[in-house]
Amino acid sequence: MNRFRRRGPVAVIVMAAGVSLLGLVPLGYVVFTAVVTGGPTLAALVFRPRVAELLGNTAGLVVITVPLCAMVGVAAAWLVERSNLWGARVFGVLLVVPLAIPAFVNSYGWVSAVPSLNGIWSGVLIAGLSYFPLVYLPVAAALRRLDPSVEESAASLGVAPFAVFLRVVLPQLRLPILGGSLIIGLHLLSEYGAFAMIRFDTFTTAIVDQFRSTFDGPAANALAGVLVLICLVLLVGESGARGGARYARIGSGAARPSARRALGAFAPAAQLLVSGLVILSVGVPIASIGRWLVQGGVAGWSDRYLADALAQTIGYALVGAVVTCILAFPIALLAVRFPGRVVRVLESITYITSSLPGLVTALAFVAVAIRLVPTLYQTSVLVVAVYLLMFLPRAIVNLRSGLAQVPPGIEEAARSLGRHPVVAFSTVTLRFVLPSAVAGAALVFLGIVTELTSTLLLAPNGTRTLAIQFWSRVNEIDYVGAAPYAALMILLSLPVTYLLFARSRTDRKVVNGL
Amino acid sequence: MRRTEPGDVELRAIGKSYGGTPVLDSIDLTVPAGSKTVIVGSSGSGKTTLLRLLSGFDFPDAGTIRIGKDTVAGPGVAIPAHRRGIGHVSQDGALFPHLTVRDNVAFGLDRHQRSERMTTVSELLELVSLDAGLADRRPDELSGGQQQRVALARAMARKPRVMLLDEPFSSLDTGLRSATRDLVSEALSAAGITTVLVTHDRAEALTFGDQVAMLRDGRLAQVGTPTAMYSMPTDLATARFLGDVIVIEALASGGRVECALGIVAQSTSLDGPCLAMFRPEQLRVGRLTAGADDGGCIARIIGLEYQGATRLLTLDVPGSVPLEVPVTGDTRYLVGDRVSLRPTTEAVIFPTGRAGASSPTP
Repeated sequence: MNRFRRRGPVAVIVMAAGVSLLGLVPLGYVVFTAVVTGGPTLAALVFRPRVAELLGNTAGLVVITVPLCAMVGVAAAWLVERSNLWGARVFGVLLVVPLAIPAFVNSYGWVSAVPSLNGIWSGVLIAGLSYFPLVYLPVAAALRRLDPSVEESAASLGVAPFAVFLRVVLPQLRLPILGGSLIIGLHLLSEYGAFAMIRFDTFTTAIVDQFRSTFDGPAANALAGVLVLICLVLLVGESGARGGARYARIGSGAARPSARRALGAFAPAAQLLVSGLVILSVGVPIASIGRWLVQGGVAGWSDRYLADALAQTIGYALVGAVVTCILAFPIALLAVRFPGRVVRVLESITYITSSLPGLVTALAFVAVAIRLVPTLYQTSVLVVAVYLLMFLPRAIVNLRSGLAQVPPGIEEAARSLGRHPVVAFSTVTLRFVLPSAVAGAALVFLGIVTELTSTLLLAPNGTRTLAIQFWSRVNEIDYVGAAPYAALMILLSLPVTYLLFARSRTDRKVVNGL
Repeated sequence: MRRTEPGDVELRAIGKSYGGTPVLDSIDLTVPAGSKTVIVGSSGSGKTTLLRLLSGFDFPDAGTIRIGKDTVAGPGVAIPAHRRGIGHVSQDGALFPHLTVRDNVAFGLDRHQRSERMTTVSELLELVSLDAGLADRRPDELSGGQQQRVALARAMARKPRVMLLDEPFSSLDTGLRSATRDLVSEALSAAGITTVLVTHDRAEALTFGDQVAMLRDGRLAQVGTPTAMYSMPTDLATARFLGDVIVIEALASGGRVECALGIVAQSTSLDGPCLAMFRPEQLRVGRLTAGADDGGCIARIIGLEYQGATRLLTLDVPGSVPLEVPVTGDTRYLVGDRVSLRPTTEAVIFPTGRAGASSPTP
């Protein structure tokens, strides 16, 4: 009984460990193939001009895009939250909308508008416009929660406003900036469609091409190994930069909203920056899609696969979301109720796995399935399993915060009133957690609706999700035919994006796990 | 803009409203150079707003504020906080969470000063009685009292002309509160810095400053020395705010005031029903001894509450509602005993029925 108390119910532990160990498959596979391939072959595959070129492209993309996104995100967040920007509330919502437009759809919108786009700067432009909200959103949330009296202290010490921002505000924004930047970096590494559209080669686009030409070949696997290494470098780098910092507000004083600063002569420039961001990140892709939709007319919507694709997408997303939430629950429960080193390791595995490009996870599952359980190959079970590993942290993060908010006294009260522990848990605690579970499921849903790369690689023949149909139309240069699929993906994503926005009002860690 | 000379502070006809609701109305106040003034009031009285106007975090709608020789706010003038040469300590200290104690204290020093900052910081920490070993800690590793003292050291580092304290002790535990308050008061006196403290705590109001300003509903109800404010309040609400009161209905005629305790005042401009106010320590309870008359009236004990050092007697006084009077020393009183009750000073007389008279003590 005592052991039960301290370590948690055995069934829960077994489930949590099972899910978490499944997450070791991709990493294990990469290591396994590296060993099997052998040093000399591997070296020949890795040390060649093509890999150097890919490395240059990928690193350049990350090194240029991430700081740009961080700067734009912080500037936009400050303008929306702290300045007398005209229409700040509306811009506050509009700047989150890019999250509802998948990067490959944004890319399609831009290529439609400017067909000559290619090369690294186009990649930076498109990816930057797609991903800057991942910094904007947590930084805006953090800015709202900063204690204004700390900035007033600095002012009373004779420090001018801009210096206050640099010396006091910015350091306190370090964690949301780092967190958002890491997520952007990981997205840049794993994005396929957006860069394939402008024929800009990164590791991920190269791996997909390799895989399609030589299925499960050592070349693709070697590239995947390098990609995984870059990912791990980012993860370690971010955690190192994060250090032991914890900038909790110290006092207990009632939070009062910070005063907005008058922009004065900078007002036109600020207005231009924010409006420009919205026009470039939302206006351009929406306008392009609109243009193709008009061109296609009513006939464009009579695509015989459209309804089927919508149904399949919703089906996959719903099943994936529910499965992910259920399997995330044991880990979240252990993390909140029985915290300890083992549980932390299990949780970390799920984070690292989901940080790896979905493409690598997909490759690993294909290979393992073919070798060990061929019956699973080309089934939707495999697809859902990859979705699970890709999006598990979205569910865990939300379930954790939900579970942490349940006052433990309430469940104990139910037990003192004669309810069996299991009954008390499910009738009392589960009800409290439901909203968080729904939020987590919604984010998984969003992820699956806009997922392209792994679905392309894994999906059984005949699978037609919106993303896959969109992609095949685009590859046939049928931009008109692709437009309804793009529009439906955005429409499906909008409500969840709004949910993200609403949660960012209260939750600083809103983008964790995205 | 850094000043080493303490400056006096003058507010003239200050008015401020938020969204049409007036918060401050025609405030006139002078704080002499090097002195300490406490602005006291209940929450919502506008005291924090007044301090924010002095700090330069907000600006008045009307009136002028002068610090030393400089008008810092007024028609066409709005000097922001960072150019006022002030020090400010807020309720929870507002230390920079990302900096060590040393860097917090040195934050306001310019580069030239920063070269000597090691010694400056140690001196400042010593001034507020903090161990120099704390210099490398982060704010969240300090107790509340330590945080407040770091905040004060940080504000004093620039030798401000005026120190503004916004309820800096209210978040501390009772024992720590008075100790920190005394220490801060001494440090500021030693440095000779003009100080304005805002508080809702009566003990703080009476012990901290040379001058007390009572703020109520956005207006200054009374300004004076702590002694004058306590013993000669100009209205009952101020009297209640600054200490316990015993109020007896009385009647004024021909300049004299009479109540159940006898004649309690010899000169008043009032005529007719009024209220006589005593502080509890101004009423003396004595044993009735046969044959001796100490001049008091005779009361009967109808209630008795043990309070440790004192006992609170509820006395039935003929012609009055029961009065609650604390006694110390003699512990042999019993319910039903008859005692004598005698004022030791004249009462403070207030008119009845004034709006302020019946307002509850905060």
